[in-house]
Amino acid sequence: MKIILLAYFLSLSVLCEARIILVGKNLPLKTIKAAIAQSTDGDTIIVSNGIYKEGRILINKKIVLIGKNFPVLDGQNKSEVLSVNADNVVVKGFKIINSGHAALEDPCGIRVYDKSNVIIENNILDNNFFGIYIQNSKNCIIKNNTVKAYGEEEQLIGNGIHCWKSENLQIIANKISGHRDGIYFEFVTNSVIWRNVSSGNVRYGLHFMFSNDDAYITNIFKNNGAGVAVMFTKNVKMFNNYFEENWGDSAYGLLLKEIADSYIFNNRFSRNTSGIYMEGTSRIKVEKNVFKSNGWGMKIQASCMDNEIVNNNYLKNTFDISTNGSLVLNTFNSNYWDKYEGYDLDKNGIGDVPYHPLSLFAVLTETNPSAMLLYRSFMITLLDKSEKVLPSITPDNFVDNTPLMKSLPL
Amino acid sequence: MNRIIKIILLDIIKNKIVLAYTFILAILSWSSFALEDNSAKGLLTILNVILFTVPLVSILFSTIYLYNSSEFIELLLSQPVKRLKIWLSLFTGLSSSMVFSFFVGAGIPLLINSPDNVGFMMIIVGCLISVIFVALAFLSSILTRDKAKGIGIAIMIWLYFALLFDGIVLFLLFQFADYPIENAMIGITALSPIDLARIQILLHLDVSAMMGYTGAIFKDFFGTTTGLIVSFLLLCLWAIIPFFISLKKFNRKDL
Repeated sequence: MKIILLAYFLSLSVLCEARIILVGKNLPLKTIKAAIAQSTDGDTIIVSNGIYKEGRILINKKIVLIGKNFPVLDGQNKSEVLSVNADNVVVKGFKIINSGHAALEDPCGIRVYDKSNVIIENNILDNNFFGIYIQNSKNCIIKNNTVKAYGEEEQLIGNGIHCWKSENLQIIANKISGHRDGIYFEFVTNSVIWRNVSSGNVRYGLHFMFSNDDAYITNIFKNNGAGVAVMFTKNVKMFNNYFEENWGDSAYGLLLKEIADSYIFNNRFSRNTSGIYMEGTSRIKVEKNVFKSNGWGMKIQASCMDNEIVNNNYLKNTFDISTNGSLVLNTFNSNYWDKYEGYDLDKNGIGDVPYHPLSLFAVLTETNPSAMLLYRSFMITLLDKSEKVLPSITPDNFVDNTPLMKSLPL
Repeated sequence: MNRIIKIILLDIIKNKIVLAYTFILAILSWSSFALEDNSAKGLLTILNVILFTVPLVSILFSTIYLYNSSEFIELLLSQPVKRLKIWLSLFTGLSSSMVFSFFVGAGIPLLINSPDNVGFMMIIVGCLISVIFVALAFLSSILTRDKAKGIGIAIMIWLYFALLFDGIVLFLLFQFADYPIENAMIGITALSPIDLARIQILLHLDVSAMMGYTGAIFKDFFGTTTGLIVSFLLLCLWAIIPFFISLKKFNRKDL
């Protein structure tokens, strides 16, 4: 009996033992593929510094793959570099370069297939078609990666971090540049995007589609081809982000299309052609944001309804607000407008005269963009002034009844 | 020639109106910069000064000055001095005093409060506008001997460039809204010095909006080095051509 028990425990200990497998140019094991073939679930593979040109490396066991001093995995512009096809895999500390470029297969730097609890951390991805691709997965963490590519045209490059049909993802502190979309979310729910820097991408810094119940917090989106797009989605929280220098006719700091029940809080929009562009949005609260030095602070199309714009600062924008129709179903309350010229007799900090943020000229340029040529001409200033007093072309219910006298400390 | 310029400059200083103009410009600019914590409102005030006050004062003061110094001109003509010299020294004296007032009144606050592209562009453009409207004053005063008529013409010229022209452009824009008129519009702006000046400043002041579609067309033209050079050349032409016409008339005029 004792012997049987002893044998049982011995075998158990053998089974449970997580081995550490070392891979390196000067070690018996020279390739990662061989190490993976030898490993069993729970093992750790540590790869030393060097260049590994092994084609597509497939991880199909629950292992931890750690790079020491950023060993280079080179796809040689032919194939996908690292494919994760097992749960609970950790990939850490690699430099992954030169994946293939193919429109049908979408080869990636790192791709996760239908799995959960995968952690991708501290990697450098350089010149890949897609950077990190999470496909139909759950509970994954993508953290501290640097994803860089050199795309020039959007059809010739993939996305930096591409997430499709997934749940409970955490995208934290990554730096993405030069891809088509920095971060791409499609059918991704209950996920968070936190402390990322997405800049200089060909199309959007962040692209959100059909992804409900997500939050993105404290990210920087700078100088992307068309800013950030959030579309066909509900329950999205956008907090503390920076949207900067998205310049061009169809470039928006934040493009909202068919969004409902979302909350935009404490973001900063500066030097964009348009800070926020809203189309078909409803029940969104825009609160305590700063719109500074934009061409258009906000463009709210007439298809938007029940949005609440409260306690924002509008500073140094060419136009604070513009719209394309006369229907106003949104409310503006207690914002600070630096163009406000009213007075505050009872000294309660709220202007006594309602403010019409929509200028006549903003309406004119909306129907006839060439009129931009006449901006700041004396004639236009006169027309604007008389329109402010007696609104005739601009909708008279487009109004902030409680404009603030002093800017909010944001 | 230098002696004539000196006499004219001394006369203008004695006149004190130019000094008052300098003083008013200075008060306007300093106070508008001091009132707000950001420089945007100050810049806008000075922009309006450049587009509105500077042309008005330059053209009116110069026209009236020319009419009032007609006896002085006649006296000079009795001396062995070339007509070109007289006319040119009058122009130099008047335009340099206008440029000086603008520079001291509005330029220095600009340099201190906004020492960047916008500020420099505004100073250069403001000085050019001063010179241009002095030249236009020469033209309007030479057109007729009647003082009231001459001043009337000066006011009309100012009204036309400051107000009417933009109204006409706005009208054209909406009449031809269905046609691709952006490039034609660039050509039309060349017909008004105030518009040229305004667009140059706008390109620096409202960069973000100018990156939009139509704005981008203007930026592609006026924002490039070629566009910059072309628009400054055009502004110079706006000063040279009216003065040249007036000079020709002055040479042939029977006083």
